Amino acid sequence: MSVLPAAPPAGSADRFSPAAEVALLVRRIGAMCLVELQKLRHDRTELVTRTVQPALWLAVFGTTFSRIHAIPTGSIPYLDFLAPGILAQSALFIAIFYGIQVIWERDAGVLAKLLVTPTPRAALVTAKAFAAGIRALVQALVVVVIALLLGVGFTANPLKLLAAAAVVVLGSAFFCCFSITLAGVVLSRDRLMGIGQAITMPLFFASNALYPVDVMPTWLQWVNHVNPLSYEVDALRGLLIGTPARLGVDAVVLVVAAAAMIVIASALLPRLARG
Amino acid sequence: MTASESGPVVTRGLRYAFGEHVAVDGLDLALAPGEVFGLLGPNGAGKTTTIRVITTLLPAPPGTVTVAGLDVARNQRRVRRLLGYVPQQLSADASLSGRENVALFARLFDVPRSDRSDAVAGVLDAMGLTEAADRTASTYSGGMIRRLELAQALVSAPQVLVLDEPTVGLDPVARSGVWDRIHEVRHETGMTVLVTTHAMEEAELHCDRVALLHRGRKRAEGSPAELMAALGDEATLDDVFRHHTGDTLTPGSPAEEGGLRSVRAARRTARRVG
Repeated sequence: MSVLPAAPPAGSADRFSPAAEVALLVRRIGAMCLVELQKLRHDRTELVTRTVQPALWLAVFGTTFSRIHAIPTGSIPYLDFLAPGILAQSALFIAIFYGIQVIWERDAGVLAKLLVTPTPRAALVTAKAFAAGIRALVQALVVVVIALLLGVGFTANPLKLLAAAAVVVLGSAFFCCFSITLAGVVLSRDRLMGIGQAITMPLFFASNALYPVDVMPTWLQWVNHVNPLSYEVDALRGLLIGTPARLGVDAVVLVVAAAAMIVIASALLPRLARG
Repeated sequence: MTASESGPVVTRGLRYAFGEHVAVDGLDLALAPGEVFGLLGPNGAGKTTTIRVITTLLPAPPGTVTVAGLDVARNQRRVRRLLGYVPQQLSADASLSGRENVALFARLFDVPRSDRSDAVAGVLDAMGLTEAADRTASTYSGGMIRRLELAQALVSAPQVLVLDEPTVGLDPVARSGVWDRIHEVRHETGMTVLVTTHAMEEAELHCDRVALLHRGRKRAEGSPAELMAALGDEATLDDVFRHHTGDTLTPGSPAEEGGLRSVRAARRTARRVG
């Protein structure tokens, strides 16, 4: 028989200091993100199937509307204007159904096992949120490649690209936690699937992903202002194609929204685990 | 092996209610170091609720549950560090390899990076999974998945291993394989094992002591041999079970509803084991 670990390893979970808590959070985020990448390495089917929809939006909708000039985007080609919106949309579609995975984990006993590790609930939710961000980021890279093949003029500035990656991760973290929150309320996969399908398109159409805010009716502009997807798209558009953007406001809104949703999802996680 | 107040797991007057329904009612347990302790009882008896309180999945009333002398209500994270937990469902991630499944839990329990690889390899070897370690768990048999889950639970070298119906749905060969590994690890490390089971023959064979629960209360406790002897020379543990629990649940009672959930989970697990 091989040598088994002899004693519980000393870890920062036993030392309650802010620095130790941050270190633990970083380790948990790293562990969950690594798992997402390992899953993608083993099975890339989802990566391929999830590419179809953004590819259609860009190749069919984008190129067609670029030709008919129906949407006023100034000097920017419509396809370039659209690409960051589709990038955010593909990330949204991944994150918004993450709660279904958490419900599956509850039904399979995985969630209970995770909750019996020395990991605070908030750290677990944050780690899952960033894991969703990593998965969305990989998907976003595929969308970027498609957009480049279609001739979209993305920036080559590595700092702006890194910032755009951070925006995708933050936006996905928010929608992932929003999904976990919904899961904590409805508790069932079927209900969450229905709600997810019901809200994704309204979130998408009530954002600036497809058209500028100026052309929206007033009521939709108000909805747009409280829709985190719009701030994600605004930041991506500013970073990737150089349109005027309120990057500071976008960043603050995304960080605050993600943090608030992490708190709410963490509070509902025990209810979800019991459900 | 003797139980004491600072033993691996102690409950004193543990009471837990879901609304009006009292799932556990004044439960006293004291596990001795290194023993295999079985929680027996029909569906809805309070076994899973007890385990969920001990493992911090449900909030413990202060002062009623201790693990290694730590009050579970006040030391949740420290208590979790001392526990290894295998739920009733087959909970390994089928899309990850065996090694990745175990490495995740090594990271979540803060096994130092320098020791992690050896610790993961060690528990995989101990569970007889070295050759299959780099295959995805979706290719494992039911018995292998259970052993993989044991490896996940053991990689942090827990003081107490908590197993909820660890052999449900497994064939007899896989069952004995799982139990053999549990006993090997117990002999090597001296850890305490708390297990729930419906399988009386398993409890008789593998548990040093058992407690029989019914409707949230402890109806009997002792070694299987003691409990059987108390009922008569020819008595089996099945007879002891029937003697203390009867054969029926009150129709429509919350206990019966809890049982439905348990049965559903057990069937789901059995289907996955195939």
